[in-house]
Amino acid sequence: MGGYGLYVWGSFGCGLAVLAWNALSPRLARRALMRQMTESE
Amino acid sequence: MSSWTWFHRLASPPSFFRLADRLAPWLGWIALALLAYGWINGLFFAPEDYQQKDAYRIIYVHVPAAALSLSLYVGMAVAGFVALVWRMKLAESALIAIAPVGASFTALALVTGMLWGKPMWGAYWVWDARLTSELVLLFLYFGVIGLWQAFEDPRAAARACALLAVVGVINVPIVKYSVDWWNSLHQGSTILKMGKPSITAAMAWPLFASVIGSYLFAGYVILRRLQNELLQREAGTAWVRELMGKSRV
Repeated sequence: MGGYGLYVWGSFGCGLAVLAWNALSPRLARRALMRQMTESE
Repeated sequence: MSSWTWFHRLASPPSFFRLADRLAPWLGWIALALLAYGWINGLFFAPEDYQQKDAYRIIYVHVPAAALSLSLYVGMAVAGFVALVWRMKLAESALIAIAPVGASFTALALVTGMLWGKPMWGAYWVWDARLTSELVLLFLYFGVIGLWQAFEDPRAAARACALLAVVGVINVPIVKYSVDWWNSLHQGSTILKMGKPSITAAMAWPLFASVIGSYLFAGYVILRRLQNELLQREAGTAWVRELMGKSRV
């Protein structure tokens, strides 16, 4: 990356992290919600 | 009157939930394909810039994130407006579903901007109009999320959030036109402007794919979050019970 590796890879790394968080957090929330609702029934 | 029945049906939580269930996987997979194409080509196959060399590749993360940060805020404000005027529950849930997604992409726009600013401008941060107004945008998102968590009653919380979202929309044109209105270190809009784009096709296609992929991805995440909001609000109703019965089988 011509000396800019830290900045370029850092940016794409942060991008991947944001994508991963966005994809995973509603999934985990759904699972917790379903468990909670089953218990309260 | 009958022309409005589709709208009422769509706005009812169970039918919207089912529609989201059908739509979300498509959005998710197309988004993933576009983002993979855009980022891999942007990183490895697009030619290097004659001035910025490889550092310009940050554009493939930065521009989609920045565009989303503004679009999602407008979406949130529209949902807020609908929630305030028509007291529509689906709009209240949409507002709450959008806020964390918008905040995350605003933070990404800021961080990648800093990582781009250091090698190009010599500083991670400067207090100029574009950067400062984008930071204000992040705080507006945080404000909406904080307000939502501060209230016990979800309807009261939604009204407060909607009010903040609608008032805060004034910041969106400030972010967008800051580079034209004030002297800014940040460059003006060159790629998404009307007419001839000032970028070669080998750089532009991965960028367009990244932008569209990011929008579809945000759509996917918002649908999934909206579904969770609806489940939580409608817990105990017949359709949620039926759904849980199915998921246990």
